[in-house]
Amino acid sequence: MADKVLDAKGLNCPLPILKAKKALKDVPDGGTLEILATDPGAVADFQAFSRSTGNELVEHSEEGGVYRFLIRKTA
Amino acid sequence: MSDASNAVNPNSMSIIVTKGSLDWAYPPFILSTTAAAMGLDVTMFFTFYGLPLLLKKMDLKVTPLGNAAMKMPMAGAHMVMPNLMAVIPGVDAMATKMMKNMINKKGVASIDELRELAVEADVRMIGCQMTMDLFEYKKEDMIDGIEIGGAATYIEVATKSHINLFI
Repeated sequence: MADKVLDAKGLNCPLPILKAKKALKDVPDGGTLEILATDPGAVADFQAFSRSTGNELVEHSEEGGVYRFLIRKTA
Repeated sequence: MSDASNAVNPNSMSIIVTKGSLDWAYPPFILSTTAAAMGLDVTMFFTFYGLPLLLKKMDLKVTPLGNAAMKMPMAGAHMVMPNLMAVIPGVDAMATKMMKNMINKKGVASIDELRELAVEADVRMIGCQMTMDLFEYKKEDMIDGIEIGGAATYIEVATKSHINLFI
């Protein structure tokens, strides 16, 4: 169970990233943020975001057009 | 340029914003907000037609005139707007309305929303003094928290920024 869940479904670039960045502020260090999105561009973008910011993209998956990302706050 | 105060900050970006139409307002605000979210220090320098993007009340429009690449999705295909049509009164307003509808429908942020997010993310915004004089804009018509400066102000920022873009 993630510490926080962000529903970014229906939002387009760059809103899922911007909202995730904001939501991470409410996640304790070492905690996790789950993001749900429908923007296919979010797949590459959350990987790039995680690499650049040093947060860990623990997993990502897709089901029925909804992308799910789990990011651990490590930065 | 070798002393520490002039060193390039590897996590920094500057953007010169020169265009203020509804379509061209997107790239600078998308990139500045995203870079800020990724931990970069971001500075935007608004000059010429980009300056009105700092006005409290923006009135952004798009025109198909002179834009051969502009194709609007329509009924599964893409419709080209002939340049000749763009000179007809009301066509710009129609194109603007179509674009705004598309923006809403596709979950794309409005420019107002992106600008607000940029302000929230402490993106440094500098309005060009010369452009303000030239086109007669007043600082009180601009959003709060911006700075006013000129070419030297920007160049100082650029010498310390790792990424410098002109849009």
